Amino acid sequence: MPLKIIVCIKQVPHPEHFSKISLDPVRQTITREGIPAIINSLDKNAIEEGLRLREKFSGKVTVISMGPPQAKDALEEALAMGVDNAILLCDRAFAGADTLATAYSLAYCIKKSGQFDLVLCGNSTVDSGTGQVGPQLAELLNIAHASFVKQVAFEQKRSLIVTRALERGYMKLRVKLPALLSVVKEINQPRLPTIWGILEAKNKEITVWGAADVGAIAENIGLSGSPTQVIGVCKSEIRRENEIFEGPPEEIVKKALARLSKLQAI
Amino acid sequence: MNEVWVIAEQRLGKLMNVSLELLGKGIELAEKLEVKLAAVILGDGIQALTRELVYYGADKVYLGEDARLRLYQSEPYASLIARLVETEQPQIVLVGATSIGQDMASRVAAKVKTGLTAHCVDLYIDEDSRKPQLVEVVPGWGGSLMVKITCPEKRPQMATVSRGVMAKCTPNEQRKSEIIRIEVDISAELKVETLEMVEEEPSGVVLENAEVIVAGGWGLSSVGDFKPIEELAKVFGGAVAGTRPAMDSGWIPESCMIGQSGRTVSPKLFISVGASGAPQFASGFTKSKVILAIDKNRNAPIFEVADIGLVGDLRDIVPRLIEELKTQQFRACP
Repeated sequence: MPLKIIVCIKQVPHPEHFSKISLDPVRQTITREGIPAIINSLDKNAIEEGLRLREKFSGKVTVISMGPPQAKDALEEALAMGVDNAILLCDRAFAGADTLATAYSLAYCIKKSGQFDLVLCGNSTVDSGTGQVGPQLAELLNIAHASFVKQVAFEQKRSLIVTRALERGYMKLRVKLPALLSVVKEINQPRLPTIWGILEAKNKEITVWGAADVGAIAENIGLSGSPTQVIGVCKSEIRRENEIFEGPPEEIVKKALARLSKLQAI
Repeated sequence: MNEVWVIAEQRLGKLMNVSLELLGKGIELAEKLEVKLAAVILGDGIQALTRELVYYGADKVYLGEDARLRLYQSEPYASLIARLVETEQPQIVLVGATSIGQDMASRVAAKVKTGLTAHCVDLYIDEDSRKPQLVEVVPGWGGSLMVKITCPEKRPQMATVSRGVMAKCTPNEQRKSEIIRIEVDISAELKVETLEMVEEEPSGVVLENAEVIVAGGWGLSSVGDFKPIEELAKVFGGAVAGTRPAMDSGWIPESCMIGQSGRTVSPKLFISVGASGAPQFASGFTKSKVILAIDKNRNAPIFEVADIGLVGDLRDIVPRLIEELKTQQFRACP
């Protein structure tokens, strides 16, 4: 039974460079110049799971990303990992989207791309980490979903047994297709693109769709489709004593313990 | 008047702590808005839990019971809550940012087409705006920036909050309240069905109950294992935790990862060992009463968020610290 699988991915700033993201005090905007962008790490697990299911059951894996033109790099990497098609959802009208407007945009795109059996995405992103887009997208597509998924197995032709992580422990779910699964790191180890894959990716084309191409209604996408609004950004203020001791370990350990005792921490 | 709601979560008949913490915040928000604070809870055979919700501040409890709601089922839970939201029209809905709360709240927000803000670290009412509105403060970009978010038009205003962020109130067993039964009809066949739920018993001291937490980072790679952290925690009778790299190295389970995508903790004493203090880690413990940091790099950002810093090789410092603590018989103040 061939599967039609869609994987939603996001290009994010590299987490190691988060401290370089600064705030323009006058314009109250974020500068992320010179910060390298990568595929969100859990989204790679989603791609990997899609590829594994295709290898087992045959079918096609399409990867979708909403973002600026440079998000093509992320899609190219996914193609090099081995996905069949890539779609970039790119339009100024999509900009400024919160999770609901993002879910709407992706839902329009998925509906436009035709029939599907499974939608996969990373459980959360490293930049905003809400974990909301997956379940919201499932709701808008009116399909079943499971989040925090760490294991997937077919029970029957159209039903899966899914293990979903809890803080401590797990739940076992029966999920009927079509469905959306948001995956966590434990599910697999993503493959690296091979040289062959990279060469082959160069021959694959990335489809670029704008809001009109997917029939998106303006009031559901971008800023106007976002119920939430950012009203301000500030540097996080942390007030601490910052008493730093340097020198021979035996001396500074004693000093530190004396301070801790004075602060009534020990 | 439109109420403030807390969607309470129970697992296998036990109430989650975060739900009680949210009631603590809810009392404050409801008082400011001069409205009632209500809790919503779904499950099976859980009427006894409503008492606890009342003691911790709920003026009203909406209770939905059915055998099919015993375990969390994403579809009926979300539909029942969305329907209740549509009929009762609360102005604020707070949900614990647990792996289940997040799942459920997302689906509810998409059903009622309103805004949902994740992992808030602060919530307050802005009375100066055109109509009083909830300001939701979230750490952005790993916690180096704080972002203020509102939901100006759509209602309810929905937010999730992690465990350990808000404070419970002192329970009052004299409190009385109204229990309202929700009509539960689950007619449609479930597209996704929870078959079983397994809650594993944690080993060692549980993070949220610990007065002292010792957390290790990538610096432990110089040792090759987590023993120094475990030994130091043992001296205090404290809990062991770590950073994402520590989890990735297999030294700690995910349930002990501190930070934006992990646990938020606020012990009396937090000790960071061999962690540089990336904001996404630091945002998980900044509410601790006292923070002690040990790292070999004097310029590591961890020292900016610490009360006391020790610069040096953890292989020298930690054993000395343990030795000194043992001889001085220090222990965490009760």
